[in-house]
Amino acid sequence: MKKYTYTEKKDTRSGFGAGLHEVGKKNSQVVALCADLIGSLKMGDFKKDFPDRFFQVGIAEANMMGMAAGLTIGGKIPYTGTFANFSTGRVYDQIRQSIAYSGKNVKICASHAGLTLGEDGATHQILEDIGLMKMLPGMTVINPCDYNQTKAATIAIADYEGPVYLRFGRPSVPIFTDPDQKFEIGKAWMVNEGSDVSIIATGHLVWEAIQAGEKLAEQGIDAEIINIHTIKPLDEEAILKSVTKTGCVVTAEEHNRIGGLGDSVAQVLAKDGPAPQEYVAVNDSFGESGTPADLMKKYGLDAESIISAVKKVIKRK
Amino acid sequence: MSADIAKLENIAKQVRRDIVRMVHSCQSGHPGGSLGCADFFVALYFNQLHHDPKFNLNGIGEDIFFLSNGHISPVFYSTLARAGYFEISELATFRKINSRLQGHPTTHEHLPGVRVASGSLGQGLSVAIGAAQAKKLNGDDKLVYVLMGDGELQEGQVWEAAMYAPHNKVDHLIATIDLNGQQIDGSTEQVLSLGNLRAKWEAFGWKVLEANGNHMSQLIQTLNEAKEHTGKGKPIMILMRTEMGNGVDFMMGSHKWHGVAPNDEQLAAALNQLEETLGDY
Repeated sequence: MKKYTYTEKKDTRSGFGAGLHEVGKKNSQVVALCADLIGSLKMGDFKKDFPDRFFQVGIAEANMMGMAAGLTIGGKIPYTGTFANFSTGRVYDQIRQSIAYSGKNVKICASHAGLTLGEDGATHQILEDIGLMKMLPGMTVINPCDYNQTKAATIAIADYEGPVYLRFGRPSVPIFTDPDQKFEIGKAWMVNEGSDVSIIATGHLVWEAIQAGEKLAEQGIDAEIINIHTIKPLDEEAILKSVTKTGCVVTAEEHNRIGGLGDSVAQVLAKDGPAPQEYVAVNDSFGESGTPADLMKKYGLDAESIISAVKKVIKRK
Repeated sequence: MSADIAKLENIAKQVRRDIVRMVHSCQSGHPGGSLGCADFFVALYFNQLHHDPKFNLNGIGEDIFFLSNGHISPVFYSTLARAGYFEISELATFRKINSRLQGHPTTHEHLPGVRVASGSLGQGLSVAIGAAQAKKLNGDDKLVYVLMGDGELQEGQVWEAAMYAPHNKVDHLIATIDLNGQQIDGSTEQVLSLGNLRAKWEAFGWKVLEANGNHMSQLIQTLNEAKEHTGKGKPIMILMRTEMGNGVDFMMGSHKWHGVAPNDEQLAAALNQLEETLGDY
């Protein structure tokens, strides 16, 4: 098992804030909109340095999405910022008609996704957003795994023409990816090569997968770990290549098991390479209040859950 | 009446013919609101807007228009075709398979003249505000126009946008509401009363004007006046009274022609009342 260490933990939303500030310096067409959550989204530096290109819209997400669509007419590259719940479910029709169907170059940037939002509870813990967004024709869906990857993704999407959903979170998590990484939309990252099982993870679950991989190695199980930061378009080739080699797969995500990464992987495998699969995901339920760690444990989204799923899926080979 | 007004009225007559013929041909679509807004569209595209029918989506250096109540697509398409955005013969494809003239306007099929999809109501004002902000950032002093239906004001997003524009002094934006008083299930008074719209929009901080949307010279006068109010710190709202179905006597003033196509006899009766001024497509 390849060794991954970290010296610092940070929230992925801060990676977004840093990336937004940097891409704002590089590209004068980048503008940002925020629905009364500048601090939560870490958009303060962009606002401070580019006040003319920053739009405070108030608690009015539908208007924000429409305005973002309008700003693209004239060549701007708008980044919208609010919580994942208010970036998707609340404004689905605005995104569908004014952004996706209209083919607008809007970057929908969504923080506090999933259970790890924590104590605020289920009203804010959206677990359906990946599914909602990936169903929209033409929408790119990205869910990076740490601060560095989120920062790199935030910068990279400015150079891609088309609507993007960028999902990140609130808790501090280990920084284990390269600070100078090149972010390629739609390209899986091979975290660890292995032969017994493929663990395909996204977002916060990538670090959990690494933790699981280390423990599995101690028990003689050689896990291949792949980071799928782009859920759509999906790197089908990387997935098929890995699962053809290992013969089984565990998918891991901070999302409902219905409609997330696991279903995307299952669709690929069902068509081109059937293999046993286990899901590490929320089992079609809402979340609740609690610390991120307590919630990840209770809802079966930690390294231990991945280990159990691996053992189960290997038996099914 | 000046020669210019007579010319505009002639175009509007042809646009009305186009509308009923398009809706009849596919036996679907929305003739009522389209007929009511024919004068407005002709006034905009043939008198008011600085625009280029060669069409560039970004519209830099041009006045740009958004249709929020996308169901009145027949009047939009006819006007765009008559203004030179695409061949008038393409109007015959309206709502048919493989057409760029979708039931509701969209950029998806790259129809020249359309800059955003609309149909699901309440979204156009926000898009127009965004486009207006992009113009400001680009140092582009041209104007942004948007048309909404009155029933559409029942959508909450409109009021989010209504609050945003005055707060941020979006003052190169001229919005218009088509006040025909009708929606699918009846009059707006019956379904969900809109109350005192002048007082509402003024309370939100807009400069409000009122127009007669079916009287060309008065309408042009109000649109000219609206332009004079731009650049003064407030967005502009025109409350434009129109008659649903205007130009065809049996369609006038009733919600029943909101989304119903005429049959062959009704088409003949309608065309009898609408002079062919520019040549049918």
